[in-house]
Amino acid sequence: MVPIAYYLLLAAVLFSIGIGAFLIKRNVITIFISIELMLNAVNLTFVAFAHQWHQVSGQIFVFFVMVVAAAEAAVGLAIIIAIFRTRQTLNVDEIDLMNS
Amino acid sequence: MQLALFLIFGALAVAGALNLLFQRHPINSALSLVVVMMSLAVLYWSLGAEFLAAAQVIVYSGAIMVLFVFVIMLLNAGEEVRTKGSRAAYNVGIPGAAAIFCVLAFVFLSERNQLGTANMGGRLSNGVDNIAELSQVLFTKLLLPFEVTSVLILVAILGAVVLARKEQ
Repeated sequence: MVPIAYYLLLAAVLFSIGIGAFLIKRNVITIFISIELMLNAVNLTFVAFAHQWHQVSGQIFVFFVMVVAAAEAAVGLAIIIAIFRTRQTLNVDEIDLMNS
Repeated sequence: MQLALFLIFGALAVAGALNLLFQRHPINSALSLVVVMMSLAVLYWSLGAEFLAAAQVIVYSGAIMVLFVFVIMLLNAGEEVRTKGSRAAYNVGIPGAAAIFCVLAFVFLSERNQLGTANMGGRLSNGVDNIAELSQVLFTKLLLPFEVTSVLILVAILGAVVLARKEQ
């Protein structure tokens, strides 16, 4: 017997840590990893609410989020490889093509 | 039982996420994210979502994180360096994340009586099995979106191949 609010609170903690990591980290791969952390935190809220309402739609949402995350990871990592090939760096401060 | 599971694996998930935040090397961050995903899989299972727990382990910590680790090793990514931009992000990022957490925590805790409690092995309202209900909905009502996701994966594979290809 755990209140659903505790699960939601845990998801909020994970999401906030993900936001912090997204803003603080300077390595483009680590930034991408923190986006995955935020996606996972949101998935936890979906599952918790699906449990509360005894509805399966929340779980189906999580399923589709997982599929899209897999596609996103494949494309994102390919972009990271392309960035590294042209600029020889993974630091986001040095990837400023649109800033100059 | 469920409270013990929640406390152990919730603490493990938060510890993994904090380790992700504080580690400088990307490979350490990636491996701490695996810890977070595994503990989340246990939490999904305790919320009665067995299929998603299995998919979390197989898809997220199995496929996606292997891809991350593979790219980190391929690019030989070293420790990140602190720059001027990261100091500005510190000043905005930590208060911003804390503010968002405070808002979410306030909403969830003030509504906690309406939210109810989670019971181990909870079933759906009509008494059917979780996986049976999930597949029933996925392959009848949501068949078209399900098929569209396979096209999405195909497009993503093509995009990844095109983007990562060496330019001639």
